[in-house]
Amino acid sequence: MRKILYVGLLACLLLAGCAQEPAALTIMTHDSFAASEEIITHFETANNVKVNFLLSGDAGSLVNRAILSKENPIADVLYGIDNTFLTRAMEEEIFEPYRSPNLDSVPDWFYLDPDFYVSPVDYGDVCINYDKSYFEENSLDLPASLDALTDPRYAGLLAVENPATSSPGLAFLLATISEFGEEGYLDYWKRLKDNEVVIVSDWETAYYTNFSGSAGQGLQPMVVSYGTSPAAEVIFAETELDEAPTASLVGDNMCYRQIEFVGILSGTQNRVLAEKFVDFMLDTSFQEDIPLNMFVFPVNEQAELPEEFSLYIQIPENPAELPLEQISANREGWITDWRELMMQ
Amino acid sequence: MIQKSNWKRDLSILAVPLIFLIIFYLLPLAEIARVTISRIKLNEIGRAVNWQMVFSAFSFTFYQATLSTLLTIGIGLPAAWLFGRFKFKGKNALRIASTLPFILPTVVVAAGFSALIGPRGWINVLLMQLMGLTVPPIRIMNSLLAILLAHVFYNTSIMIRVVGAALAQFDQRMEDAARTLGASSWQAFFKVTFPNLLPSILSSVLLVFLFDFTSFGVILMLGGPQFSTLEVEIYIQTVQFLNLPLAGALSLIQLLFTMLMTLMLMRLGDSAFADPIMPRMQEENMRSPRSTWEKTFTTGIIAILLLLLVSPVAALVFKSLLVEGSQGSELSMRYFLELFSNRRQSYFYVPPFQALLNSLRFAFVSSLVSLFLGLLLSYGLRANSRFNRWVEWLMMFPLGTSAVTLGLGFFIFFFRGTGSARWYPWLIPMAHSLISLPFVLRVVQPVLRSIPVNIHWAAATLGASPLGIIRRVDLPILWRSFMTAALYAFTISLGEFGATSFLSRPDLPTIPVAIFRYLGLPGSINYGQAMAMAVIILVVCVISMLALDQLQYQTFRDKA
Repeated sequence: MRKILYVGLLACLLLAGCAQEPAALTIMTHDSFAASEEIITHFETANNVKVNFLLSGDAGSLVNRAILSKENPIADVLYGIDNTFLTRAMEEEIFEPYRSPNLDSVPDWFYLDPDFYVSPVDYGDVCINYDKSYFEENSLDLPASLDALTDPRYAGLLAVENPATSSPGLAFLLATISEFGEEGYLDYWKRLKDNEVVIVSDWETAYYTNFSGSAGQGLQPMVVSYGTSPAAEVIFAETELDEAPTASLVGDNMCYRQIEFVGILSGTQNRVLAEKFVDFMLDTSFQEDIPLNMFVFPVNEQAELPEEFSLYIQIPENPAELPLEQISANREGWITDWRELMMQ
Repeated sequence: MIQKSNWKRDLSILAVPLIFLIIFYLLPLAEIARVTISRIKLNEIGRAVNWQMVFSAFSFTFYQATLSTLLTIGIGLPAAWLFGRFKFKGKNALRIASTLPFILPTVVVAAGFSALIGPRGWINVLLMQLMGLTVPPIRIMNSLLAILLAHVFYNTSIMIRVVGAALAQFDQRMEDAARTLGASSWQAFFKVTFPNLLPSILSSVLLVFLFDFTSFGVILMLGGPQFSTLEVEIYIQTVQFLNLPLAGALSLIQLLFTMLMTLMLMRLGDSAFADPIMPRMQEENMRSPRSTWEKTFTTGIIAILLLLLVSPVAALVFKSLLVEGSQGSELSMRYFLELFSNRRQSYFYVPPFQALLNSLRFAFVSSLVSLFLGLLLSYGLRANSRFNRWVEWLMMFPLGTSAVTLGLGFFIFFFRGTGSARWYPWLIPMAHSLISLPFVLRVVQPVLRSIPVNIHWAAATLGASPLGIIRRVDLPILWRSFMTAALYAFTISLGEFGATSFLSRPDLPTIPVAIFRYLGLPGSINYGQAMAMAVIILVVCVISMLALDQLQYQTFRDKA
């Protein structure tokens, strides 16, 4: 029995070194990646390739894993890195440049990397969702700005994710920094805290446990979520709805725009297929598949949006923005200062 | 069973578990240490490490773990007494129900808690209506109390199972003898029963403390941002800041401290070690509660268990069946049916049956591996030698190690090159076994040690071969603890907690993975399906436990 185990373990170890299937393409992505079966199969048959997806945790874990395995890359393509983590990946030089011809249909305000190490694929706004019926029943006005949230009328009505452990939480923190500046944001958060803002660790808890507009029926009628969440509420409703039970607050600087990128991991043995996959992600057919699978917007201008997106989603005219360099240089300090303030 | 140390024999038995530990624990940790050191940049050594924060994280970790453990002991010991001494209606059902928390992902537990005692939970709504209040009277979400309650919820069953089983096998005639010799019932308990239970109590306290100390999801989800433990800091430093040197230092602090505590508790166990008494197999000391005091005690403990351990699970089941319709809420299986349809034609749609099959497969392999290794370990470690104590201590390390660090180490060590994802299916059960092996050891070891060596001699005198002794004497006595160990190995794997949730997941979705996929999107159907998925895993767990309990309490009843 022991011998069998030794042999087994040895075999396990040996397998680690060798074994590479021909015409297999590995895509590293975050846990929320989704796509239609049909469209992936189509890519596979058209290019005679088997696509393996490696779901690697949230956006932060995904980037870290790519960085820590860069000596022996475990995938050919990485999709799902967002603008808050982009500079970290660039500094670690994990990507090979590639300019897809399909980028021609993408407007260049999407932080287009001049050297094309990464290409934008989709974007979405992190916005405050509110429970429509709560505001109607209590005839409460909607807060028109971030500043208005500190009004005592909204005391205890907002649930926010912790920026140290949640990606929408971090996006919202960045929105407040964009609005009040590096000097003013902590003061703003102090006022939010005095107004009994509720902080939770992750989006799932915030949305389903705290938010009164979700199926979890929590106590807070406002939650930091995504601009597309109201559409998802309609699509995934138990009974057919004529209008969304929730909506987003889209005042200036109240939303933060997240852009997700794809890049070819340096050292790939499948460069040609990897390029094809990047082209495929930027192609109209995949771009049109994005909204209803991942609930974000395609970057390709030629992609048409599903009806639900135009009916139930509010799009901010002036979402908050911060230069990537500023985020990269200060992120740790901002989060640490925020935690010190909020933990007191 | 204390035997003279036979260094060579012990080492040959211990070789396999030790090799397992080296490959799946030490090497991954060494690799993450190597990478961490290579990433220390000279110009960043001065990077402000907030020692104040590190210290407060450490002291809060210790504080909440100690409180949680004490609270778990306070409820777990009387509960173990209840299960180890008394017969009552629904005993098996309560035993099984109290083990269920073990398999539930924290985010689901948070949903169960909030459905019950959240600001709009059923209890609060009921109290508000009864007492005519406008604000919810129970406000414990996002507080230390919520953390403590969740830890009690998760870990009480360890005490019930480990100490309860030891108590059930204790020869009660020893107590009777003490009483005959003039001891009061308290004296008999403290001088006779308690010393004999002490190894099991210390074993389970150690497990509970380690789980509480390395707690992560509970702190984040039920505690809120004002609470931070070492494990939470490690997670933030690793995932958010990629500050591996600091994360590594914190992991080291956590490991050193937990292993020091382990050493202390193990020493205590050794010095408390009483002379082994022949265990009883027939449960002849089980009886219905008789006196008023006993009746009050049993009813009280049952009520507490129902309230703390069973009601959040029940709330969850109820929630999965409660469907919001146009005419208000109704009970329906709709969420369960919805699980079987791939509405969005998604590539990542997880058929519930497939997820279940994957989960069960991993759990089965992991149980076999950890039981096999656990049995080898228990036999190899019978003798109380210095080397053996050292190995036993070493085997506890995975439980005290930061799950974030270990997960990352696993990842860097085993995932090299694009082909490596294919043998991921082998790694999951190994990672699960790494966490359940200390469990198996702590459950089986005290029982094996409690077998008096003279019955071995008796069997040998009567002509039994060494293997025959194991089969005819040891196994019947060990069987019950063995099944308890199997149950934990199985549930640890089904619930996938700790290190294992940090592995990459390609095409092998398990039930916890499916739950997270549903919870990742807004919409009542997604929420309902997540709850339905959680209930499915609960049901599967109940069935497995019924089967194991059947094996545990029946197989050897006639033979023993």
